[in-house]
Amino acid sequence: MYWLLLKDLQLLRRSPLQASLLVAYPVLIALLVGFAISREPGKPSVAFLNEVPAGARVAAGGTELPAVGAEARICAKVECVPVANRAEAEEEVRSGDVLAALILPADLVDRLNSLSTLNPRTPEVEVIVNEEDPLKAQVVDDRIESLLAQANLLVAKRIATEGGRYLGLVVDGGSFDVLGTPVEILGLRAAAKILQELRPAVPPAERAALDRVIRFATLARDNLDVASPLIDRLAQPIVVDKRSVSAPTPPLEVFAIVAAATLTLTFVVLLLVAGSLALEREENTFSRLTRGLVSRSALLAEKVGLGIAAGLAVTLLMLAGLQIFVSLDWGRFGLWLAAILFGGAALAAAGAALGATARDVRAVSLLAFMVSLPIALLSLVPSGTVGQTLYDAIRIVTALFPFKPALQAMTAALDPGHDIGGPLAHLAILAAAYGLLARFALRRFAAT
Amino acid sequence: MAGAATAGLEARKLVKRYGKQEALRGIDLAVEPGELVAVIGPNGAGKTTLLSILAGIVRPDAGEVSSPNGDIGWVPQQAALYRRLTVEENLLLFARLEGHEDPRRSVEEMLDLTGLRGRHDEVVARLSGGNQQRINIAIGLLGRPAVLLLDEPSVGLDPRQRARLWSFVLALAERGTTVIFTTHDIQEAERYGRRLLVLADGEGLFDGSAAALRDAVRGEAPEAAGSDFETAFVAFLQHRGH
Repeated sequence: MYWLLLKDLQLLRRSPLQASLLVAYPVLIALLVGFAISREPGKPSVAFLNEVPAGARVAAGGTELPAVGAEARICAKVECVPVANRAEAEEEVRSGDVLAALILPADLVDRLNSLSTLNPRTPEVEVIVNEEDPLKAQVVDDRIESLLAQANLLVAKRIATEGGRYLGLVVDGGSFDVLGTPVEILGLRAAAKILQELRPAVPPAERAALDRVIRFATLARDNLDVASPLIDRLAQPIVVDKRSVSAPTPPLEVFAIVAAATLTLTFVVLLLVAGSLALEREENTFSRLTRGLVSRSALLAEKVGLGIAAGLAVTLLMLAGLQIFVSLDWGRFGLWLAAILFGGAALAAAGAALGATARDVRAVSLLAFMVSLPIALLSLVPSGTVGQTLYDAIRIVTALFPFKPALQAMTAALDPGHDIGGPLAHLAILAAAYGLLARFALRRFAAT
Repeated sequence: MAGAATAGLEARKLVKRYGKQEALRGIDLAVEPGELVAVIGPNGAGKTTLLSILAGIVRPDAGEVSSPNGDIGWVPQQAALYRRLTVEENLLLFARLEGHEDPRRSVEEMLDLTGLRGRHDEVVARLSGGNQQRINIAIGLLGRPAVLLLDEPSVGLDPRQRARLWSFVLALAERGTTVIFTTHDIQEAERYGRRLLVLADGEGLFDGSAAALRDAVRGEAPEAAGSDFETAFVAFLQHRGH
């Protein structure tokens, strides 16, 4: 078996394209993933035109609210491209230089202020989009909805805060400015107290009317105290209390590393083992080898060993490359090895089963891609994003192929808080099952 | 070749079916040590099936094969070697797999035997079909077999390459190796086969020398007796209903 392994390594070395791909592929994936996860998510470019006159303020109860800094807030969320006019904004969108154009019309603040008058007008912002494809349209809609929700929340919070402040003045009294002149407000609390103190001096025949005023002031004070927090909540009546029933979600960068490492392991091992076995048939050497030189089981074991060795080398190379971008916990190296070895074994056995079914290397490579790519994509579908029946079908299909358990094992190896025993046992079962399938398929390998 | 054994090979009542089709119908064959046997017949006669069974690659549905010392070398029709390895690497790999005590010495021996010493470090894919076939045969000989099975060894070779191949095979036979080969080339069978086994539709029609086959033609199809060996052979098959 050692000599066969040596021969396969010689063949790899003799095929510069294949050998360089085996090295270049993990390095390239590591670089791509590394760059992607070590940078902030890209902000969409949006052409921004602010026609609101400088100094215009939203007013509440006759008082101008402090400036909200709309432009600065919006431009913190998106990459603002300042434009001079609407025509320029439209051109930027049409050319595809920006995702959309956002225009704050000149009457926006007036319309906002009209909400507290008898003639309210709906405040509007203008958005120009170029929905040239469904994906882009979805991105634009999501961004706009998000921005609009944030803007509405901001305005509502300001109004609620000011409303609460005025309510406080009514209850507790104090002073506020009217056209630059401070005005003292007595407040319900103080009014009720004064009236209570005056009550003994009022003739008994008139006390009933005074008692009604005192009761009103007291009731109003007490109830408005309760109303204040209600007004505060008006801006955001529902808050989210999120609890997870699953193991802690791995950070996004860990998930990206795990997905990249598992994909690399899958393609390298699957293609190498399936191709190497198919090569024995293409070169007509299978019959010669199994005529007593090596048993079919030994040949199978050699191919699986080759796949595991290559998968281990390539995946570790990729993880080492990622170390440039993110800090990996090398203290968990033992678990990495376990995940790669078990995942590699199951994938190699699956590759052998595939390799035993096809006649030549090209056909088996195509078959390996056709099987593994959709399985890998299906394995990344999260629960709840598709119907239950479909998800159950996806779960069954993905459980029959080693990609998903390998992904789970890699997640557990790289991120604490996940169980690795289950995925490793799953991979061991798949390795045994695919090994048997491959061994069975080899029976007809030479005959056909 | 050093170490060639002196045992022959015997096959009794070999039957092989593929579905409803009978590829071999009770073939008997006994080959003496050092014999050079040509298996001939039209397409679908069962030549390759017979060799595959003798080589142990295909199991017969009935009958058995015995080789007293168990050494049967097999050379498939299409070269069974790694085209991206060199001549030496191929020979060394199979010598190691055969468990030779000194595989490098065996490789040297085969390089001398095949006359490819000067091209030992060339990748096989760059060699001509004839040279590839010589390595293919050399690998079959690495096990030092008493019997060597060659499945259409000269297919695809030009006349010069064929001549070199047959001088190589004749030399093996002279050294005591029993050689059984299949061929479509009747002239080649007449020239190199010391004994001919004629198969048609899985049936053994004739087993004997080329001269004996001519005698049989003379008796069964006298009109073809004076013609060339190939025409006489076709007339013989027609007379036997094939």
